[in-house]
Amino acid sequence: MVLQAAGSLCFPAGFVNSFTLWACVAAPFALLWDNGVSRNMATESIPVETPVDDELELVTRAKQGDMTSFSALLRRYEGKIFRLAMNITQNREDAEDVLQESFLKAYEHLDQFLGNSKFYTWIVRIAVNQALMKLRKRRSDRAVSLDEQIDTGEDTVVREIAAWDPDPEQRYSQEELHEILSTAIDELAPIYRTVFTLRDVDGLSTEETAEALDLSVPAVKSRLLRARLQLRDKLTRFFKRKGDDAFAYM
Amino acid sequence: MLTCKEFLAELSDFLDEKTRGELRTKLERHLQECPNCWVVCDTTKKTIKVYKGMQSCSIPDDVHSRLMAAVERKMAAKVKN
Repeated sequence: MVLQAAGSLCFPAGFVNSFTLWACVAAPFALLWDNGVSRNMATESIPVETPVDDELELVTRAKQGDMTSFSALLRRYEGKIFRLAMNITQNREDAEDVLQESFLKAYEHLDQFLGNSKFYTWIVRIAVNQALMKLRKRRSDRAVSLDEQIDTGEDTVVREIAAWDPDPEQRYSQEELHEILSTAIDELAPIYRTVFTLRDVDGLSTEETAEALDLSVPAVKSRLLRARLQLRDKLTRFFKRKGDDAFAYM
Repeated sequence: MLTCKEFLAELSDFLDEKTRGELRTKLERHLQECPNCWVVCDTTKKTIKVYKGMQSCSIPDDVHSRLMAAVERKMAAKVKN
């Protein structure tokens, strides 16, 4: 028998939430504002020579026209944004376009970032919308949602139960481990992959992930649970304790 | 006593230490009494841990160069205006 999550975690087939491309088309720049209170930091004077680690200081300086600070923000997040774009488009060329368009839009609309949320959350929202635009161009006949392929009713099934070693990843070289983890995550549906990456790899909170993806907090939580369980299932065949057989239960 | 379905529905919040009070006590009791859910909980926790330790993604050099060139063009255009 198998273990399946409570019905409340399931969605009807074809479920499409508000995170559709239509929203992006209807209000293409609405996402560029973070509706917070301005910190009025543009008036503060910051010595140019000081090394800058703080993200808000980098943003403030970039707004004042300091190109080096914007380049520092770009270097900090380009890898994550490229990975995010790959996660959604699954196409290297499209992902590179999304990466460029996202940073160009961020630069162009930087004055609309009020500092009420993390810069990373803001640019993730831009990148997700750019990526969905790409998908829409590829499938020109309909709206595209990150949620569109979920809900088979099977994705919270626990298929294999087997204990792992305390540190099973140590059985593998760094390269082998990277390959195992990448392959497993690539097999997830885009929405699960994106939620898991933002939440568990990049370390955003559930609320920040919800904001970045324009999803509700319960929607992020249910997708995160499904992503974690599916990855756990996929990794069990590599990490299970030697001599133990995996079995399904319930 | 919670069912395994009920336990699983709360697993993420439990692992993120977002469950409190009576619910947390019930979840911990279920873990003590259900070896299968203990394994699922333990291996899910290790799944999260192993991905947290994943090295940050790097960007291919050529992709980075083209990105920088595009941004520099944009910056130059802005300065001109």
